[in-house]
Amino acid sequence: MYQEELVFGHPASMTDHYMHYCPGCHHGVAHRILAELLDEMGLADQAIAVSSIGCSVFLYDYYKVDCVEAPHGRAPAAATGVKRARPDNFVFTYQGDGDLASIGMAEIMHCANRGERVSTVFVNNTVYGMTGGQMAPTTMLGQKTTTCPGGRCQEREGSPIRMTELLSQLGGVAYAARVAVNNVKNVKKAKEAMRKAFQAQLEDRGFGFVEILAACPTNWKMTPIEANERIASELIPYFPLGVFKDVSQEEAC
Amino acid sequence: MPDSSPARIFIKGNEAIALGALNAGLKCYFGYPITPQNEIPEYLSKELVDRGGQFVQAESELAAASMLLGATAAGVRAMTSSSSPGISLKQEAISYMAGSELPAVIVNMARGGPGLGDIGPSQGDYFQAVKGGGHGDYKLLVLAPGTCQEAYDLTIKAFDLAFKYRNPVMILGDAILGQMKESVSPWEPAQPDPDEGASWRLTGAKGRKHRILRSLLLEEGVLAAHNRHLQQKYKEMAQEILIELFEVDDADLVVVGYGSIGRIAKSAVRKLRKEGLKVGLARPVTLFPFPAQALRDLAVQGKRFLTIEQNLGQMVEDVRLSIRGVADSDQFSVYPGDLPSPEEFEDPIRNSLGG
Ligand SMILES: Cc1ncc(C[n+]2csc(CCOP(=O)(O)OP(=O)(O)O)c2C)c(N)n1
Ligand code: SF4
Repeated sequence: MYQEELVFGHPASMTDHYMHYCPGCHHGVAHRILAELLDEMGLADQAIAVSSIGCSVFLYDYYKVDCVEAPHGRAPAAATGVKRARPDNFVFTYQGDGDLASIGMAEIMHCANRGERVSTVFVNNTVYGMTGGQMAPTTMLGQKTTTCPGGRCQEREGSPIRMTELLSQLGGVAYAARVAVNNVKNVKKAKEAMRKAFQAQLEDRGFGFVEILAACPTNWKMTPIEANERIASELIPYFPLGVFKDVSQEEAC
Repeated sequence: MPDSSPARIFIKGNEAIALGALNAGLKCYFGYPITPQNEIPEYLSKELVDRGGQFVQAESELAAASMLLGATAAGVRAMTSSSSPGISLKQEAISYMAGSELPAVIVNMARGGPGLGDIGPSQGDYFQAVKGGGHGDYKLLVLAPGTCQEAYDLTIKAFDLAFKYRNPVMILGDAILGQMKESVSPWEPAQPDPDEGASWRLTGAKGRKHRILRSLLLEEGVLAAHNRHLQQKYKEMAQEILIELFEVDDADLVVVGYGSIGRIAKSAVRKLRKEGLKVGLARPVTLFPFPAQALRDLAVQGKRFLTIEQNLGQMVEDVRLSIRGVADSDQFSVYPGDLPSPEEFEDPIRNSLGG
């Protein structure tokens, strides 16, 4: 005899809307983790999401969560406004690397530095996905994109920006970590990091930030498996995984 | 204005706006320093915080305007203020707020341009206030106070209109109004209904379906339908039109001017009246919706028009559109960078009257 046990279901905080992401895209994985946390932490009915401009702009279709759409790069500013107006709600942004590290560089730095009680999920796929795979501030040296067809060159275009390291220097940041979702072990770690970033807000400690190294198989012109492998072989050596700041740990010491 | 006349206080136009916003129930203010409006954030950085509100000095006008977008999405009374170059930056979020139908109040104490221009008075932002200013087809309600009392009154009105229409409202003043001190009676308006915005504001989806406030509308036909809805709303705003008419009944020439210039023009009209000249003044107080019918009614009576503004000819286009087919308007420019005086309006008025 055997007993059936449901171990994996549809997160309650997610809608039934079909997902528009490409096969193998890590936005879907990041969405799933976020939904599980909204469920487990009981946040869905008090959350206000601020969506950004990029492939994840349709975030609001996928969650049973109130959402406002910010202009490109300005999600941390919009989240500041939401949180100041409604301090009792859980407020988060979800942003790509073009959105956050290029056009929105000022907004993320200052939101973090003010220690706004908001959480940011930062999906770094080293390209501008939505607009067709152009170079991002996080594009790897030598990586070919539609606007650096010969490969990104340090002399001309600078080096890829490590956002988590930058942000962890700022006083208002309570938690900053970089994770990947290229294998099950990393997915589990990613979820724990996001939980901590959210807790920083809920416990009124400051700004919480999680960078997710993510695959964009479409614009990397790779299969999903190759894209996962690239994260391990190319991205993680340059963008090391780990917790760069955790104020709760510092306090515990 | 209610009957109980409150004590009069002697304050700058900028302070009148800040006080009006506070008394209207302001909860959040976001701004970035720029002359000639600095008294607004300086005043609110203390008074708003003392009243339990939120004051944020943003990293830029881009950020301040997006903070305003966030706070108004949450359904609270929120405001930003700036001056011309800063308003150019705020246009990004203003377009988003118009598209997402958010009740924001934006103050523009305009200064001379183009570029960095100067910090003196100017009406060079008429177009960017009234014609949308940012991308896409949208309108702001635009209120143009001419006195410090009116600055106070119209700021209170701005919040009510913003929520009534779910639309951004701009208060368009200038360096004269902002820096001028006058006595103001700061009457107490009724406190806003705590349920205002209850049908759309974001509070968390507890006990109801989740809400989305956005301007991206990709599904077939949806954006067109949204634009139709917005245009219909802009038409309904016509019932909010305000205009001051002074000595127009028997006038042969009507001077049209708004804000500080309208007020200075009134002094010129008054003086010329004493000399027996048949001149009057029309001072639009709402620039959008524009008082087209009021001007047209005057045109039908056979009056001529002279538009005076401190720019190189912006509102005159709306005056001409209002009276088209019936009459036309002359135009006199005070150059941004010059300080206007009533005397310099006299010759242009005489010329138009004689012409
Ligand atoms: C002001 C403005 N500039 C440019 C764009 C076009 N645009 C849309 S999405 C995007 C880049 C998104 O890339 P990223 O943030 O990396 O997110 P991804 O799509 O890769 O998830 C750009 C440039 C825009 N919408 N608004
Ligand atoms: S283009 Fe890239 S980031 Fe966008 S959905 Fe496809 S795989 Fe994901």
